[in-house]
Amino acid sequence: MSTAAARTHALPEAAQAAPAPLPTPLPAPAGLAAATRRQRRLAYWQAMPLGLIFLVFFLVPLALTLVVSFWEYNEYEIIPAFTLQNYADVFEGCLSGGDLCTTFRTYLSTLKFCLLGWAATLTIGFTVAYFVAFHVRSTAMQTVLFLICTIPFWTSNVIRMIAWVPLLGRNGLVNDTLMSLGVIRTPIEGLLYSDFSVVLAFIHLDTVFMIVPIFNSMMRIDRSLIEAASDAGATPWQTLWNVIVPLCKPGIAIGSIFVLTLIMGDFVTVGVMGGQQIASVGKVIQVQMAYLQFPAAAANAVVLLGAVTVLIAALTRLIDLRREL
Amino acid sequence: MDIELISLTKRYGDTVAVDGINLKIRSGSYCCLLGPSGCGKTTTLRMIAGHETVSSGDVVIGPKAVGDLPPAERGTAMMFQSYALFPHLTCRDNVAFGLKMRGVPKAERLKRAEAMLALVQMDHLAGRLPAQLSGGQQQRVALARALVTGPKVLLLDEPLSALDPFLRVRMRTELKRLQGELGITFVHVTHSQEEAMALSDLVVVMNGGRIEQAAAPRTVFERPATAFVARFIGGHNVIALPDRRVAVRADRMRLGPEAGPEAQSARVVAVEYQGSTVHVSLEAPNLAAEAGAPLTAILSDHAFAASPFTLGDTVRVGWPAGEAHRLDA
Repeated sequence: MSTAAARTHALPEAAQAAPAPLPTPLPAPAGLAAATRRQRRLAYWQAMPLGLIFLVFFLVPLALTLVVSFWEYNEYEIIPAFTLQNYADVFEGCLSGGDLCTTFRTYLSTLKFCLLGWAATLTIGFTVAYFVAFHVRSTAMQTVLFLICTIPFWTSNVIRMIAWVPLLGRNGLVNDTLMSLGVIRTPIEGLLYSDFSVVLAFIHLDTVFMIVPIFNSMMRIDRSLIEAASDAGATPWQTLWNVIVPLCKPGIAIGSIFVLTLIMGDFVTVGVMGGQQIASVGKVIQVQMAYLQFPAAAANAVVLLGAVTVLIAALTRLIDLRREL
Repeated sequence: MDIELISLTKRYGDTVAVDGINLKIRSGSYCCLLGPSGCGKTTTLRMIAGHETVSSGDVVIGPKAVGDLPPAERGTAMMFQSYALFPHLTCRDNVAFGLKMRGVPKAERLKRAEAMLALVQMDHLAGRLPAQLSGGQQQRVALARALVTGPKVLLLDEPLSALDPFLRVRMRTELKRLQGELGITFVHVTHSQEEAMALSDLVVVMNGGRIEQAAAPRTVFERPATAFVARFIGGHNVIALPDRRVAVRADRMRLGPEAGPEAQSARVVAVEYQGSTVHVSLEAPNLAAEAGAPLTAILSDHAFAASPFTLGDTVRVGWPAGEAHRLDA
């Protein structure tokens, strides 16, 4: 209180002093305080665009989803109210024991895709990033190869998925080739519209999200560290495990978060590549939306959000991202 | 172990970084590769270490030619200019790294790492990460890491250049002490002639990928072989006489009546007081080896006080006959 009063008191003095420079440096503290406050106000202005975007596109929709998840609904209307029925519906039959309830089975299936997709994108992404970062010498070539990695993004998700159909179908290119080579007699059935094709599509769509952050981490590794490791007698594999992988941890964590969240919330890929036969959490929400059961979809979305948050919290527990960045 | 370089050459495309150098470094000696940046000294060191391939010629360490051997099989260890400590490992683990790679059991390698850290007086900070250490401390850890595997040759790439002047002098003393205690060969790359003089048993002055002179520091200073060495090592005037070029140490120049019968006249262009000595810059067009390069005479403060000069004075400048050393080329 007293300092604030002193400040407001001092302010006119400083304002008076400003036009004619006085020989005495006395008004300086007041001027400094005013400058600090001005700077702080400026900082808020500078943070505002991002803050607004964050508010409008993230906090508000999230809050709305949360609110709607407690509303009631029937066949033809949505009723603002407060009920836990939607959440009870999500977990219906889950606590009774015996067979797994639909929700748990769906989550398990989605988690399985997560695990498979994550393991595959990590392996491929790390290998590609390692090759481009450490084995390609010229920066120009690195840029070119890096751009090539993004080429799949020039077409839409759905087209990229549909492109697999003539390749993997019962009479597709793969089956035809294998049969004409005499490797198989009858076409392989499980190529398309199966877990395999879903995971394949995930790898196709999401590997680049693994490559970019890992590549970024790798480019920040001082090349003399690699020399120091070989000087200390490390074989290339030892250098990889003891120097490169630990220093890529932040990139691996960020890439993993991208891939896991993308797969957790996916409904298109599982739908298209699974021939609309495979359940996923995102698919459940999408179907409920299609039937205008918004409160039920909202409750499912909140549960999904919780699951993803737990997943990422576990990941950041393994790697302290804030320290590593 | 003895190191021998046999017409060692490194080419990058059309440019020759190291141009067929021959050198023999005796076992247990402290050798400094000295020269301006781009003279090929670091490339030479990296070829000895095995971090750079050899274009032609060979490196012999001890009894065997090490041409294509990987670094760890040469009996050498390198200390990098930026120290290259692993940022994710503590000091202890950094030092133990080489032992871990060789499969030394954990308890033993940590014990040996601790002992090595004690040798460089860093045992009290063994649990810290490199980012939590000052430059001087990081350097000690890098030194311990290089020495832990018991190399026969230690290669140092400008080890002192990142330190402040005070620490530099202290670390210099320490390096010399360590080298004496361990009795192994040190090869040290530097661009500071002062560092080379203070440390080495053998100074190798390099320029343009070639060796200008390789000799004991006293020999290099007393009898510089070429005009480049005389200029680079400092404290010398390169003087063009009608029939030859000579180097005369700046502190052996004589001014005024002492200058002798063959003295030439020169104009004083700068006088710098340095405490115990006074540096007088002289313009003598008849003597200058390069147009516009002044000569320097270093006088004791006594001598200067007895007969002071001011800017613009014309003085006689000469030197005792035995002090002029003929230069090659």
